[in-house]
Amino acid sequence: MAWVTQTLSSSLGRKVIMSLTGLFLSSFLIVHMAGNLQLFKGDNGRAFNEYTYFMTHNPVIITVSYLLYTSILAHALMAWVLTRHNQSSRPVKYAYSRPEANSPWSSRNMGILGTVLLLFIIIHMRTFWYEMHFGSVPMAEYDGKQYKDLYAVVKEAFSQWWYVLLYVISMVAIGFHLAHGFQSGFQSLGIRHTKYTPMIEFVGRYFFALIIPAAFAAMPIYVFLQVHGII
Amino acid sequence: MKINLKVWRQKNNNTEGKLVEYQLDKISPDMSFLEMFDVLNGELTKKGEEIIAFDHDCREGICGSCSMYINGRAHGPQTGATTCQLHMRSFNDGDTIVVEPWRSRAFPVIKDLMVDRTAFDRVIQSGGYVSVNTGSARDANETLIPRSIADEAMDAAQCIGCGACVAACKNASAMLFVAAKVSHMAVLPQGQAESTERAERMVAQMDAEGFGACSFTGACSVECPKSISLDHIARMNREYLGAKLTSTNVQG
Ligand code: HEM
Ligand code: SF4
Ligand code: FES
Repeated sequence: MAWVTQTLSSSLGRKVIMSLTGLFLSSFLIVHMAGNLQLFKGDNGRAFNEYTYFMTHNPVIITVSYLLYTSILAHALMAWVLTRHNQSSRPVKYAYSRPEANSPWSSRNMGILGTVLLLFIIIHMRTFWYEMHFGSVPMAEYDGKQYKDLYAVVKEAFSQWWYVLLYVISMVAIGFHLAHGFQSGFQSLGIRHTKYTPMIEFVGRYFFALIIPAAFAAMPIYVFLQVHGII
Repeated sequence: MKINLKVWRQKNNNTEGKLVEYQLDKISPDMSFLEMFDVLNGELTKKGEEIIAFDHDCREGICGSCSMYINGRAHGPQTGATTCQLHMRSFNDGDTIVVEPWRSRAFPVIKDLMVDRTAFDRVIQSGGYVSVNTGSARDANETLIPRSIADEAMDAAQCIGCGACVAACKNASAMLFVAAKVSHMAVLPQGQAESTERAERMVAQMDAEGFGACSFTGACSVECPKSISLDHIARMNREYLGAKLTSTNVQG
């Protein structure tokens, strides 16, 4: 099995791990966003709570969620390994360098953007995931069935302006991370073709870097405005 | 033209270097960047000072030796050109120009602006060849190769091994160079026999030399004097992953 470890620890193999985990996380964003759109229903959280019940009880979803946690850890760990290796490849820096003349900002700052995302994921999971699984969430009853009222937790979190701000900043970070990352992930796998690369770039730039972050950012803003009676 | 230069001076790889300032008054805008250095070295010689060491050979953009990081960019502000193809008219009268050597763990400084690029030679030695007999010139015409494939191979084969891709990359990665060398043989029939081993060996050697990984910033291709395309990096990734999955080499 030496070839497996050797392949995965080569510079190209490490990027394959980054790519597969990163693209898997990207695909999860779609599911996550679609579900969270229930917040906009204006039914005082019923659809949202039913959706979270489904997400925490469906065996397929539960299995996939373990893959998701593993992906986040593997992605962050590999990011750290790669960034250190890449920095050590230039022990003496240039006195004067103009990288902005040849490459987009996001492509050169994936590590910084990723660090913002990691902090966000930790805070985000502490507030919602941890409370849902191990904390004390109030209960709600629909048609005689008991549900954890995660919507109440969401409302409370998003009624704080600084929490909303944290979300908006993090969504800007994920936008930049994916503006570069989504198409780069395909390149790492060697998927590049005159027919498909423009489509991949389009989807990355508009769907993953713009629409998804905007939809996610709209949620805390909407809840904040609603809780404070502004809308 | 008047030019203020800040040039990296370093005695050898064991000593620390620093930027040293020089003023030049009578520079013609038609001089190449290297000719400007010739003038400066002439003046230094007259003053009895040690001249600035820099690599150069063909002075027509084909040998790849004239490595200089000029004003924050590999080979200076012009794209698609080497330092010897850069002319002083690309600068303004009175400009300050900072000149540094390529910076990479795999390219140690020999002296001043000269770096040791034999890491590239070792990558080539590890697999950048074909060991089938391709015959004499007339035999080339017997192997039919469609024009589009020949063009693709020639585009990759244009790489002159200058190292600008490494110099420009934030990770000092040699991906564009290695990809060009893998690619130009991978698309031709003569290169097929060793196709899998080639990618495996060349990538292993690239890693062993201490080059960084690819973040796909695209800086390499922009700064490459031959504008080698990022397509070749994707092809190398395919070749490498295919090789790893299908070759009989179980040791790694
Ligand atoms: C957990 C915190 C995260 C960290 C520390 C992180 C860090 C990084 C870094 C440093 C890279 C660039 C690697 C390179 O230099 O080539 C990268 C690439 C990438 N990231 Fe992240 N990231 C994080 C979270 C995410 C998330 C949440 C997503 C998706 C929703 C994501 C998607 C991607 C993709 C698709 C790539 C491109 C992979 C490639 O170029 O092959 N990342 N990440
Ligand atoms: S790929 Fe371009 S920049 Fe890199 S060594 Fe070859 S010619 Fe120079
Ligand atoms: S001296 Fe040969 S390419 Fe510049």
